[in-house]
Amino acid sequence: MALSKLSSSSSLSTNILKPLTNSFFLHRPISTDTTPLTIETSVPFTSHQCEAPSRSVETTPKELLSFFRQMATMRRMEIAADSLYKAKLVRGFCHLYDGQEAVAIGMEAGITKKDSIITAYRDHCTFLGRGGTLLEVFSELMGRKDGCSHGKGGSMHFYKKDSGFYGGHGIVGAQIPLGCGLAFAQKYSKDETVTFALYGDGAANQGQLFEALNIAALWDLPAILVCENNHYGMGTAEWRAAKSPSYYKRGDYVPGLKVDGMDALAVKQACKFAKEHALKNGPMILEMDTYRYHGHSMSDPGSTYRTRDEISGVRQERDPIERIRKLILAHDLATEKELKDIEKEVRKEVDDAIAKAKESPMPEPSELFTNVYVKGYGVEVFGADRKEVRSALP
Amino acid sequence: MWGIIRQKVAAGGGSPVARIRPVVSNLRNYSSAVKQMMVREALNSALDEEMSADPKVFLMGEEVGEYQGAYKISKGLLEKYGPERVLDTPITEAGFTGIGVGAAYYGLKPVVEFMTFNFSMQAIDHIINSAAKSNYMSSGQISVPIVFRGPNGAAAGVGAQHSHCYAAWYASVPGLKVLSPYSSEDARGLLKAAIRDPDPVVFLENELLYGESFPVSAEVLDSSFCLPIGKAKIEREGKDVTITAFSKIVGLSLKAAEILAKEGISAEVINLRSIRPLDRSTINASVRKTNRLVTVEEGFPQHGVGAEICASVIEESFGYLDAPVERIAGADVPMPYAANLERMAVPQVEDIVRAAKRACYRSVPMAAAA
Repeated sequence: MALSKLSSSSSLSTNILKPLTNSFFLHRPISTDTTPLTIETSVPFTSHQCEAPSRSVETTPKELLSFFRQMATMRRMEIAADSLYKAKLVRGFCHLYDGQEAVAIGMEAGITKKDSIITAYRDHCTFLGRGGTLLEVFSELMGRKDGCSHGKGGSMHFYKKDSGFYGGHGIVGAQIPLGCGLAFAQKYSKDETVTFALYGDGAANQGQLFEALNIAALWDLPAILVCENNHYGMGTAEWRAAKSPSYYKRGDYVPGLKVDGMDALAVKQACKFAKEHALKNGPMILEMDTYRYHGHSMSDPGSTYRTRDEISGVRQERDPIERIRKLILAHDLATEKELKDIEKEVRKEVDDAIAKAKESPMPEPSELFTNVYVKGYGVEVFGADRKEVRSALP
Repeated sequence: MWGIIRQKVAAGGGSPVARIRPVVSNLRNYSSAVKQMMVREALNSALDEEMSADPKVFLMGEEVGEYQGAYKISKGLLEKYGPERVLDTPITEAGFTGIGVGAAYYGLKPVVEFMTFNFSMQAIDHIINSAAKSNYMSSGQISVPIVFRGPNGAAAGVGAQHSHCYAAWYASVPGLKVLSPYSSEDARGLLKAAIRDPDPVVFLENELLYGESFPVSAEVLDSSFCLPIGKAKIEREGKDVTITAFSKIVGLSLKAAEILAKEGISAEVINLRSIRPLDRSTINASVRKTNRLVTVEEGFPQHGVGAEICASVIEESFGYLDAPVERIAGADVPMPYAANLERMAVPQVEDIVRAAKRACYRSVPMAAAA
């Protein structure tokens, strides 16, 4: 899988090269350089009912480069999905994440694949971060056999249970109690892992959030509720939907942290901090201040309720990929050309995946009737014309 | 002979027995004697045994722990299994049902109790969108081995908001299994099957049946006892008319069958046990034998369980019908409180008898019989 290629390179060569290298001179291979580097987050954390973590984040050149590559892949993937949708190869819903990549990437850096993540319908990049492949993404979007849900789910229903990704949910807010349930099961099984339940500023007002949070706090569940505040719930700005848009404070008795969601290192720090907290003291809320460049979905131009100046302003000042690019260049970890080359490689990977996905066939007609149940007992199931199409559930 | 006569006298107010059996007093000899067990006890013992057998099974709901269960179904379980496995929840159905489903995603086996299924409407999104559809949408990655259980349908005098029957609602959803026990044997066998089943099961009990006793054999009492999902039971064999029912209505149907027998009509009573999957083959085989059908249910008639059964029989066994299909259901009104109105809103034995006679072309209209 493209994303894990860099991060899984062996660090053996680093030890040999280390005495010869210094992070301030041009050296190769930076992709495996694990020399520690400390970087300050863009802004300090704001906390509610807890002590904020330090704004100095430990990282390595290897990590920064992998951030760059992975976010570039996510960005390219979402833009390609936009084109595929306009070409009518993707149908129904398509909610794009470009602009919010730092949340997915920073979170992965702060946790393990044994921790669980559950999110709403803007899930393509979260899935990729959990170890999904580009082929699985594009195939699923186009409803093909090689999709992660074999074409039966669609854009909003990506899952990867073996690396702790529980979807992909279409009903706003439902994923929050589900995420608290995952945390319950982790605690019940004594796994020493946590669950991150992601939701938007729109979902933050859902009653079931408060119901689940109450239970999570009462039962000390290792659940972290992460509000990806991109400031718009579909077309409604946060100040028009929430009396109190301080989402990190809405937990009342539950501690919260406000994080710059466009800064991958800040996200990493916050998630690490939240995981430690949740394992010891129960639930926590993280508010990620982020932004989506696209509209709510492909049927929303995204410019009727916000100005183009606002969108381009965020892109100029706060783009997460540009932030990492500047960091890499400032610390001389790679040249501009090398970074451009990475972007070219990423573009090719995405194009190749799309080409391969286009060749993947649609599911067999018999798949209409599979996976309704785990155990179907051979029960009869009917198609639209029950006299013509009937089958037995396996 | 004497045993049979004594049986008929004794059967007046208690639970109907399907087959003529020698009457036995309450002997504690399990090998040959028949023990009486209340439905409440049957459910409790099923929960106990399944929790004991599988550490992943846990119970959550309002008052299930310290209160010993709103209807005492979970009596003694908190003491036996501790607060980690028997969880009292706040009165927040949407929240705790979602938490139960999430735990099932991870691989645990929750039993979520609704104090009555009327409250399940607050959580219905999780039952249907989060539980029922997940295995399909994820193409088999996310299975949901959960049981949603609680009393369903009318009780006595509890009014419109607490008397709704949800059998037809949940049974229409692909991905769910819907079971509804009548006797203690049903309660034990079906609840155990539901807990062991890897799919989401809606388990519709009945408050008025909790206190009723039924005979249970040694086989039923064994901890490995389990009933198959999707199979109806022929409670009483007959040859003139098929009566289908589930839950409390099975009792009324058996009483109706006794009355019909005296008038020379031999009714076959089918206890559905499983609303989804519906045992269409047993129902159709019965109608092909008797050529007449009466469906009975407590819930609202429009788009009800009976409507589905009638359609199925007309589709599969049209040529075998000698009379139009008959449906007896709850009245098409919200449940009234006044006792006389409530009595009119729920099927009574007389209604079942009258419909069976109509199906046999021996009808006596209500006005004439009054």
